[in-house]
Amino acid sequence: MSEYRIKGETGDWEVVVGLEVHAQVTSNAKLFSGASTAFGAEPNSQVSLIDAAMPGMLPTPNEECIRQAVRTGMALGAVINKYSRFDRKNYFYADLPQGYQISQLFHPIVGEGEISVSLDEKNPDAEVKTIGIERIHIEQDAGKLMHDQHPTRSYVDLNRAGVALMEIVSKPDMRSPIEAGAYLAKLRSIVRYVGSCDGNMDQGSMRADVNVSVRKPGEEFGTRTETKNVNSVRFVMQVVEIEAKRQVAVIEAGGRIVQETRLFDPDRGETRSMRSKEDAHDYRYFPDPDLLPLVLDDAFLDACQASLPELPDAKRRRYEQDLGLTAYNAAVLTADADTARWFEALLAESVRVAGKSNSELARPAANWLISDLFGALNKLGKSLDESPVSPERGAELLALQADGTLSGPLAKQVFEIMLETGDGASKIVEERGLKQTSDTGAIEAVIAEVMAKNPNQLEQYRGGKEALFGFFVGQTMKAMGGKANPAVVNELLKRVLN
Amino acid sequence: MSDVTDLGIAQLRDGIRAGTFSAREVADAFVVKVSRAKALNAFIVETPDHAIAAAKEADAARAAGEVLKPLAGVPIGMKDLFCTKGVQTTAASHILEGFKPVYESTVSQKLWDAGAGMLGKLNLDQFAMGSSNETSYFGNVISPWQRGGGDNAPLAPGGSSGGSSAAIAARIVPGATGTDTGGSIRQPAAFTGISGIKPTYGRCSRWGVVAFASSLDQAGPMARDVKDCAILLENMAGFDPKDSTSLELPVPKWEENLSGDLRGKKIGIPSEYLLDGTPPEIVALWQQGIEWVKDAGAEIVEVSLPHTKYALPAYYIIAPAEASSNLARYDGVRYGLRDLPEGANLQDMYAATRAAGFGDEVKRRILIGTYVLSAGFYDAYYTQAQKVRTLIARDFENVWTVCDLLLTPTAPSAAFALGEKMADPLAMYLNDVFTVPSSLAGLPAMSVPGGLDKNGLPLGLQIIGKPLDEQGVLNAGLAIEQRAGFVARPEAWW
Repeated sequence: MSEYRIKGETGDWEVVVGLEVHAQVTSNAKLFSGASTAFGAEPNSQVSLIDAAMPGMLPTPNEECIRQAVRTGMALGAVINKYSRFDRKNYFYADLPQGYQISQLFHPIVGEGEISVSLDEKNPDAEVKTIGIERIHIEQDAGKLMHDQHPTRSYVDLNRAGVALMEIVSKPDMRSPIEAGAYLAKLRSIVRYVGSCDGNMDQGSMRADVNVSVRKPGEEFGTRTETKNVNSVRFVMQVVEIEAKRQVAVIEAGGRIVQETRLFDPDRGETRSMRSKEDAHDYRYFPDPDLLPLVLDDAFLDACQASLPELPDAKRRRYEQDLGLTAYNAAVLTADADTARWFEALLAESVRVAGKSNSELARPAANWLISDLFGALNKLGKSLDESPVSPERGAELLALQADGTLSGPLAKQVFEIMLETGDGASKIVEERGLKQTSDTGAIEAVIAEVMAKNPNQLEQYRGGKEALFGFFVGQTMKAMGGKANPAVVNELLKRVLN
Repeated sequence: MSDVTDLGIAQLRDGIRAGTFSAREVADAFVVKVSRAKALNAFIVETPDHAIAAAKEADAARAAGEVLKPLAGVPIGMKDLFCTKGVQTTAASHILEGFKPVYESTVSQKLWDAGAGMLGKLNLDQFAMGSSNETSYFGNVISPWQRGGGDNAPLAPGGSSGGSSAAIAARIVPGATGTDTGGSIRQPAAFTGISGIKPTYGRCSRWGVVAFASSLDQAGPMARDVKDCAILLENMAGFDPKDSTSLELPVPKWEENLSGDLRGKKIGIPSEYLLDGTPPEIVALWQQGIEWVKDAGAEIVEVSLPHTKYALPAYYIIAPAEASSNLARYDGVRYGLRDLPEGANLQDMYAATRAAGFGDEVKRRILIGTYVLSAGFYDAYYTQAQKVRTLIARDFENVWTVCDLLLTPTAPSAAFALGEKMADPLAMYLNDVFTVPSSLAGLPAMSVPGGLDKNGLPLGLQIIGKPLDEQGVLNAGLAIEQRAGFVARPEAWW
């Protein structure tokens, strides 16, 4: 399906990508202890006796973490395994207090699922690809080593040790950087909708291990490499491109790709080998004997299902069908849970103040949000949740437009002032007299002036140059300070000119 | 009045309640006994203040006319595998030498809450790995028992709860905690002529107990007789939300329901427990035990546990596998020993610390465990051992259709001399041959003293029960105790 190809000396190569995404579960406490998980705390201030692996300490599962993993699986349409089990992955490292990580290798909590991603932003229905989910398992995060605090020592911060992660493993279904990026963005969108992960990649709440291999189209999978801890959608796309090109170059130069772990250096735009084969770990997985198997009952699963919100795809369809939005607008508004929430608040408030129906108000609301507000926020370098204009204030502005108080250009003007002053639209209109006028007498008087001032254009128009109609509209509007009702201006101009 | 240290848990409890003697007198008497018994090396740390504080509290409560707690003023010994707040807890290892937990294990906390006091932390095989108490970093525990006929060779008190068994047999503590992974309560009880019960897996919380093999470890009491075991167990057991393998069940009134009447009970005799080479005295004691339970009204049935012979090999795969992982946390990073050679990197530090901090037997089991879990061997060893474990559990389930309890010897020999088996780990492991199957199945099992061998050393009988049937096990133990009339005790040479 994908036409993405690496041009090599021996011909075209296809890239095969699979992602293992680690998503930190949104919960107040760690996976197996009661310690807090808040971001940004002082080092080692959120470490329980269990997290520090003191002798005799035992893990007990945090039900909220289990619930969030199940809800995420359900949102991905995946099989939820009623029976799952925790395994130990054994290795020594200073950031791993127990000497093992509790994970789920043999019996993960979530089985196969899939998500569909749009590959063309402008036309979301044009190119849609379904990408398989292999599994989701839950596991503990490790701590963090700090090497920059002392000239000869490294320090250990165990605040993250024991924090619950969902490892969401895709099938090797992606064939281009765009597909990998779109998949990760969609996954992030879904976990944010579900509320199981905040998706903040810059804080490390979500990160991806990128598995890349190359092959001649139609041939068997090649040997893959795994680039660890990539922390943005853009970087994932870069890794796919860079690593695929590197592999092609190696193979075409007569070399072989070795299965290895690599890391991405965004400054240099390259991936580098992290571990050699000699250090290859034998993790000695086995079932954790401190924990009983996890057995989920129907009541728990039903409650998880019932707690799921409307998900992005369903929301998009509803926006198109019930609200009459374009596919593009619906996709933009539903891509992010916060945006959709903002839009729905704006629409509900508009309906309340304007007294009109959803379907009448949805399109202008969507257009205003996407072009005016997003444009303004972009310029201000702010995100939607930092918007100086609230949904209520936005609805007030839209209502003034809907009832004819403000024309489009006037509304833009009022919005500018709202951004600057933080005042409400009605107040601005009132104070600055920015109301639209449909007073035919006043408009006719201005039109007469415009005709008088532009005899040449009038003559040309009458001589057949009809394109000059717009010129007269513009001149009239300008002379009216933008306050004239454009429909009335059109109407009256036609009468005068014809 | 006779010496209070000749009394058991029930008698001390009742005497303190009745005012026959004060708790303080009891504590002082045992503290003196403990301090004079250094030759046994049963304690790693002595805590007279703890025992005396509990005694003072009990006496004050009695003086105030309050209802006394179940173990008010009763002093006991605590196996040094239980973490005790502010008191050094070592698991008899160098790697944890000097470690003072900031927390108290659930089991020890329950005992303190019940009014008991602690005389000290009892020696054991390092990380509970051993059957003779010769693997402690703090030196061997020496059994108070000696062979008759002028043979003064120091004897093993059994293991791993050898400090507990030696101290009880020597009357320097009236009772103690033990832990049993493959027989570590029952075999030392048998070696020293005392009683000990390993309850159903999950009855006692493992929280705060230094882990050996998590799926097998279970705390239990050791004491002079069955009733004392029942009393202690009642105050150790109970659901603990901090241990996810803990059983969410109420604690039965085992003491109140004790009865040596076995009428209506069927007791199974598993033919597989009659091994070639078992000393005739042990076979004879077993036969005697059968007569005793018959006398108590039980019906005897011959039963078969066909997978018994695979239990020991399976155990010595599963337990080391879990241990190799459980002991990974002792890495020199956060607590305990750290050996940092000049110019060492992190890996070197781990290696040096663990080389210096673990004893030979612990290292042997870590190596075995690492090997059986490693890639390429996992299925051949670990998976296979787990299958065997399932088959062994099924063997027991099958016999419960025809009997209520099983009666077997506890150990294949009487106590052996220290040093006798240290050179041969396999011979040492064979000591657990009768205790390991019920551990793998998580069943309650108890050892009670039955008699003496020709050298005058104690021999024990084991009763194995259905899951959660501690009452049945204790009752059969009582029936044997009543008929065995075991009153032998070691001469005080220490």
